[in-house]
Amino acid sequence: MEDQGLIKKTVEEYGKENVVVVLGSPDAESAEIFAETVTTGDPTFAGPLAGVSLGLKVYHILEDEVKAQIDQAVYEQQVGMMEMVLDKEAICSSVKRIRESLD
Amino acid sequence: MGYPVVKGVSYIIAHVPDLVRYGSKPAREIAKDPALLEKINASLRSFDQAKNYPPHQAFIGNIKPEALWDLERPWFEHLLADSPRESAWGEIMPEDEFYGLLKIVDVFDLIDLTSEFTAIVKPKLENHKLIHAADLENLGDGVSRETVAQKIKAGALPLMLGPELVGCIQDGHDEDHNLTADILLENLACKASGVLAMRRALHSLNFDPAAIDFVMNTGEEAVGDRYQRGAGNLAKAMAESTGCYNSTGVDIKAFCCSPVHTMILAGGLIHSGVHDHIMVVGGGCLAKLGMKMKGHLANAMPIMEDVLAAFAVILGPDDGRNPQIRLDLIGKHAVSTGSSQQAIYEALVKKPLERFGLAIPEIDKYSTELHNPEITEPAGSGNVPKNNYRMIAGLAVMQGQLKREEIDTFELKYGMPGYSPTQGHVPSAVPYLGHAREAILKGELERVMFLGKGSLFLGKMTNLSDGMSFIIEKNKGQ
Repeated sequence: MEDQGLIKKTVEEYGKENVVVVLGSPDAESAEIFAETVTTGDPTFAGPLAGVSLGLKVYHILEDEVKAQIDQAVYEQQVGMMEMVLDKEAICSSVKRIRESLD
Repeated sequence: MGYPVVKGVSYIIAHVPDLVRYGSKPAREIAKDPALLEKINASLRSFDQAKNYPPHQAFIGNIKPEALWDLERPWFEHLLADSPRESAWGEIMPEDEFYGLLKIVDVFDLIDLTSEFTAIVKPKLENHKLIHAADLENLGDGVSRETVAQKIKAGALPLMLGPELVGCIQDGHDEDHNLTADILLENLACKASGVLAMRRALHSLNFDPAAIDFVMNTGEEAVGDRYQRGAGNLAKAMAESTGCYNSTGVDIKAFCCSPVHTMILAGGLIHSGVHDHIMVVGGGCLAKLGMKMKGHLANAMPIMEDVLAAFAVILGPDDGRNPQIRLDLIGKHAVSTGSSQQAIYEALVKKPLERFGLAIPEIDKYSTELHNPEITEPAGSGNVPKNNYRMIAGLAVMQGQLKREEIDTFELKYGMPGYSPTQGHVPSAVPYLGHAREAILKGELERVMFLGKGSLFLGKMTNLSDGMSFIIEKNKGQ
């Protein structure tokens, strides 16, 4: 909830074209809810982004496009275990679907 | 003398649907939109629905947590009909009796109950085996409805039982924001639920309260006044209301990690000879009632956070029988550990085991944060325990102690489904302590690891999180 307020403030300060959200949610369902929150608005209507459609570009840390931007050793140390244990395919496809629905 | 032992554990739940409105989230939302109260009231569970809810029966110990895997989901639609209110370790208390208990532990006359309501609830409490004559004296005979109405007009918070006004709680000071009625209600709810858990623990063990030397409270309530916010010692107040007359106490604050920290501290105090028998208690957290209600309402579910949950643990010196806390196998998240999940699990799981040449699969069960997924998933918080088990499994794979294809089944063998009410510190590993103790005593398990984490960053003083772990194991009787 607090993150939602922070994202809203960041967008107001820098403009939505300059903000990209990178999620770290551990499963497809929660990734989808957060991806929706920063695009079409908080689907649970619980936080500051309820009914606020920011339309931000949203990625998940496990997506290959994001991985390619990060030093391999750092990625392995910080995300390697998560990449192995989480359902990468399901998480990435749900975030991608929400992102592409904006285009 | 070996390491200290876990002599007994109790768990209680108080079903308090009419206090949901005073949870932090509902109170803020109702202030913005008063019509929401009606929606909340229409989505509350009855006592029977709360009592027969399978995760609650697992919490008080009538069924094993692992049994939940065999029960159809959603559990709130597949209730265990005619489940008992009591268990060997605890109980699920209905709201009217809990209001009575609030009055009983209120030593400053903050709470007034109507005489009509008191007349109804008194006989019920008279029949409760943990309520004594002195308690009934504290309960009194109630006041007139007019007196309650006048106090509410002057700013007291109403206490409702469905549509009926049954009492109120008033401010403790005219100008002190730390002693307003809503904060005092939070503190009293923690005290009352904690006291009930402590009395249960003593009763189920037939343990003399006078033999408790020290009480350590892990609850998150900030008891204090304008000059010392959160100054605490609710532990001592709880000890007083439990008849632990030879005890003093202390509150240990570490967000949700407090129970695990406190178990370790209590073990250390006993092992060093400072205290003999210590009770670790965690009272219920009223602020968290209805915390994820928006997700529940959006999914046409009942509001699942309508209960206060509490636990109490009696620890003592090695008795050659009960499971021991391995004080030489403690895991901790240090300032330098880092914040990635990988780093946290390495600190809490890998490091302590490595010191003794133990592999992750050599621990029979892992008890992590045991939040009930049925409460967290609709609000987008995912299945917390499931994700924790995958992390531990991943760590084992990275060390070559587990095959990659075993990640999916790790939870089934070494874990359990989440079943704890989302009461902050309460779900943090300790709900399994009672089950673990029993399983170790029966010889079903040898070693169980408990790991808790705390979101220190929420307090705005550091960006760090926190974490601690400990292991209990079968007493070798040496």
